[in-house]
Amino acid sequence: MNLFTKIFSTPKVLVSVDKILATNDISVVGKEIEKKVKKLFNGSLAIRVVTAGSTNACEQELVALGNSYYDVERFGVHFVASPRHADMLIVTGPVSRNIVQGLMRTYEAMPEPKIVVAVGDDAISGGLFKGSYAVMDGAKNVVPVNYQIPGDPPSPMVILKSLLSIFNDMDAKKSQNK
Amino acid sequence: MLNYLFTSFGFVTSVGLFLAGAVGVLLFNKNDKLSNWWGNGMAILGSVVALIFSSNVLITKTPQTIELFSGAQFLSWTFRVDLLSAFFIFVISLLGLFCSIYGLGYVKHYYNKYNLGVLGFFYNLFIGSMILVASAGNTLLFLIVWEIMSLSSYFLVIYEHREEENIKAGLLYFVMTHIGTAFIIFSFLLLYKITGSFDFEVIKNNMSGASVFIQSVIFICALIGFGTKAGIIPFHIWLPKAHPAAPSHVSALMSGVMIKTGIYMVVRMGFDILPSTPLWWGALVLAIGAVSSLLGVLYALSEHDFKRLLAYHSIENIGIILLGAGSSLVFLSLGMKSLAVLGLLAALYHTINHAVFKALLFLGAGSVISQTHTRNIEDYGGLIKYMPQTAFFFLIGSMAISALPPFNGFASEWLTFQSLFNGVAAVGTLIKLLFILAIGSLAFTSGLAVMCFVKVFGATFLARPRSAHVKGVHEVSGVMRFGMAALSLVALILGVSAGWVSNMFASIAISLNNLKNAVPAISTNLSIVNANNFATMSLPTAFGAIVIATTIISVMVYLVTRKQKVTRSTTWDCGTNLTPRMEITSTGFARSIVVIFKGILRPSQQSEVEYRDANLRYFPKNSTVDFELKDVYAIFFYKPVQEFILKISEKTKKIQSGNINLYILYIFLVLIGLLLFFVI
Amino acid sequence: MVSIFAWIIQIIFIPVMAPLFIGITRKIKAKFQNRQGASIFQPYRDLRKLFHKDEIISNDASWIFRFSPYIILALTIIVGASIPLLSLVTQNNFLGDFLVVIYLLALGTFFLALSGMDTGGGFGGFGSSREMTVAALTEGGLICSLLTLALVSHTTNLFGIANFGLNAPMRYLPSIILAFFSFIISMLAETTRFPFDNPATHLELTMIHEAMLLEHSGKGLAMMEWAVANKFLIFLALAANLFFPFGIAVSLSFQSMLIALIYFVIKILLLCFGIATLESITAKFRFFRLPDLLFTSFVISAIAIGLIF
Repeated sequence: MNLFTKIFSTPKVLVSVDKILATNDISVVGKEIEKKVKKLFNGSLAIRVVTAGSTNACEQELVALGNSYYDVERFGVHFVASPRHADMLIVTGPVSRNIVQGLMRTYEAMPEPKIVVAVGDDAISGGLFKGSYAVMDGAKNVVPVNYQIPGDPPSPMVILKSLLSIFNDMDAKKSQNK
Repeated sequence: MLNYLFTSFGFVTSVGLFLAGAVGVLLFNKNDKLSNWWGNGMAILGSVVALIFSSNVLITKTPQTIELFSGAQFLSWTFRVDLLSAFFIFVISLLGLFCSIYGLGYVKHYYNKYNLGVLGFFYNLFIGSMILVASAGNTLLFLIVWEIMSLSSYFLVIYEHREEENIKAGLLYFVMTHIGTAFIIFSFLLLYKITGSFDFEVIKNNMSGASVFIQSVIFICALIGFGTKAGIIPFHIWLPKAHPAAPSHVSALMSGVMIKTGIYMVVRMGFDILPSTPLWWGALVLAIGAVSSLLGVLYALSEHDFKRLLAYHSIENIGIILLGAGSSLVFLSLGMKSLAVLGLLAALYHTINHAVFKALLFLGAGSVISQTHTRNIEDYGGLIKYMPQTAFFFLIGSMAISALPPFNGFASEWLTFQSLFNGVAAVGTLIKLLFILAIGSLAFTSGLAVMCFVKVFGATFLARPRSAHVKGVHEVSGVMRFGMAALSLVALILGVSAGWVSNMFASIAISLNNLKNAVPAISTNLSIVNANNFATMSLPTAFGAIVIATTIISVMVYLVTRKQKVTRSTTWDCGTNLTPRMEITSTGFARSIVVIFKGILRPSQQSEVEYRDANLRYFPKNSTVDFELKDVYAIFFYKPVQEFILKISEKTKKIQSGNINLYILYIFLVLIGLLLFFVI
Repeated sequence: MVSIFAWIIQIIFIPVMAPLFIGITRKIKAKFQNRQGASIFQPYRDLRKLFHKDEIISNDASWIFRFSPYIILALTIIVGASIPLLSLVTQNNFLGDFLVVIYLLALGTFFLALSGMDTGGGFGGFGSSREMTVAALTEGGLICSLLTLALVSHTTNLFGIANFGLNAPMRYLPSIILAFFSFIISMLAETTRFPFDNPATHLELTMIHEAMLLEHSGKGLAMMEWAVANKFLIFLALAANLFFPFGIAVSLSFQSMLIALIYFVIKILLLCFGIATLESITAKFRFFRLPDLLFTSFVISAIAIGLIF
């Protein structure tokens, strides 16, 4: 029950990357991310990815974040094996019915503070698969999604920039609350 | 009053109390409650008196001789309590005390099921006879009390006689123990032949004339005979069957002290009675120790019967004791008496340590079994939530037996290691190799023991219940918990006071004939144990450091994280529905070790699949897999021997036709033969 | 005054410096993969973040699960304080014996494995099983390799061994080198590095050590990770200071301590580089091939003992 109210009450921010940095230079974006991670997450952001019936396109892009070109590890961002270790839950795919339980449990298994990010159009609204009997039409119907990164799939650069925009947003909210 | 107990009067009183307990309980056997109180109460009193008596001998270092029925012609009833005997009496009565206290609560579940009078009778007889075994002054007397001990323990093994398996286990025990006794009698007769006396004291003083060969024969026979009781491999087969069958507090006594009477006599023979020790005696004992310890723990790992697993650990620990004793014998034969003291004191130290933590573990197992009514570890799980105190005591026992500091198991294993290390440093090439292998065996043994107790504790007490047996389980009664708590405390004290205790054992070792006037290669004070100026350690420091460091860390972490919340949630298992079947089982836990050691353990695997349609065989209905170990000792050792004996019996059957005339002919022939023999 | 200073360094050195060397090893590995890699201070940040997170504990878990991180961390700090690091002045006869050190670490492994089983998840259980299998079989090689040094230097005290190693006669060199190889194999097993375990794996099925930590979160995880880092540095320090003790401070002065620090860091860096190289060029072994490696370690050190005259 608690979860349902949370799902409804959580503002789902659709990230738009246009207004952030114009540059596509990875080191510039990275520096910004590193700064924000230091400020918001004590310099270490652990991400748990849940593949919720995805086409694997988004995973390809997320994996690309770890390769030697993007190399997000140097900005203090890393992927972890257990939701218990994670600060951020990334959901990809339209959430097929079989993984609804799994996704909810993953969310519950994460210690506070935690944020949920839906990556890709599928995860936002079901995308191509919207309306199918087999899917839940996006992560927002299952877990409280905080941010949504559009794209089908979003390229690694877009994901990075979106993360930056998410951090900016969180930073702004944090200073507001103070 | 207390002074009174210090004299031989104490000894007699204690034995008398056991006898009173044994006989008296038969009078009350109609009333379960009364016989429980009388039987265990007398055992407690007897143990306390024996404890006081033996501690006095140990502290004042004055041996005592007790003469009963001094007028008796045929058999002299002499009991001698020297330091070694006093030490074993101390161990027996220490365990007797706590096991009896535990027994007060434990035997309640036999009410209206089995006759408690019988239990009390044999129980008191058992403890009493063990005390007499450790103090008997001549061989005949020894054999009598030895037999009383064996028989009373046999009846205790088959006490739960409504279970078929127990009767079988009892029979095996009965046969094996008497094969052992046969060897013992043979070695005693040889002693008599040489010295013309049954008295240990006379034998001891007159052995110097005997040839080394005849001494070796005596030693080997004694080693086989007493080794059977102690459970050395390959004479151990009765042990894992008989120990689990007995009631748990009796198992604790059997595993804790009865098998130690075997060790007592091996030490008595090797260090006290037989004056010459060839090098190969020590090497043999060392090799037996290495094999028994490593194989014992491997079998324990692959076992999932709670009490049988603990019984296999007894074999392992007997192996460790023999490693100490064996190295000591090697040093003795090389004339390095001060190192020999080190080895022997390690063995004696491990003897009492093993007695304490094995009894603790058996009592813990008994508590679990009395609640769950099954011995199969796979059926437990999550018991720590239902019986937290039992779990805590069992955890302490597990740490002690795994030789983890600061508990007592570590202290004696450390000393055993030092004895072996010094062996490598001091002896020639060939024996050196044996010492290195012994060290390897001990190192792997202790590693595997840790693994085994992670398995036992994890599968029994942690996670979630795996079967319906756990339903309705609750903490055991106060007296049972008291028994376990006291033993846990003793385990800690024996560990932390290692310096003081090992000093005591050194003086016991020096009191033996072959080690007279030796300077022990060990110096101790309350905090530090220093072995041969080679190694030092201090368990009080370790204990203190662990407590202090954990406290400081807790405080600091609390200060840092006091704002953070701690919440409860379900276990993370990748979003699946958790079922008890997902937990690791004890078989699964140990499976990789079994596979790695499959050359030794000989695992067999049988899988059966039942299909929905036997012809199509597409959809399996259910499938079962059976894992078990082949009994290599039965296949390669006992079966051939048994077949050989059967074959000979077949042959001898031919001369027994049942025809009286033929028998008369036999008698006639024998008479003629005898006449001829005497005439010529 | 200086001796108090030396003791403070001795006690806090391992917990303070350990995450750094984990970071350095990761950095070197990243360089091998042609990546920039995380900063060498990243492990500190991870710890800091984890201490500021909530903790979630399974309903099935008992006090063992909660208590384990404290005692495991405490044990690594105790062991860290009783091995030779920078100076020989902090020698103690209480806990400096190598068996005591090994068994104190074994006590940590015992609680680690229990906490893995405590939550009743599938992963924790098999993680414990594998960890204990490897740990049990490592014991022989580890004890015998250190025994080689103890026999050479006539003491089992780790400081004494280091002291003797400062001017060990050349005839012991073959034994010491063989023992070093044996020790390195045991070290890799104990510190869960390649080829025994992949410290960076995300696949539950290939995990050994990590599988037991899956259930820990927040401060519990932080303490566990910290303890792993401590253990890593403890073994590196043992490898550096027992087998190649040159540079270690014999007397008590700030100058010699400083030189010792420089030597120590260089030695540890070389070892880190070696481990990172090994992890970059080899694959993880199949689980049932690990015992072969561990028995090899035992046999090598048995030969090393045989070579002592």
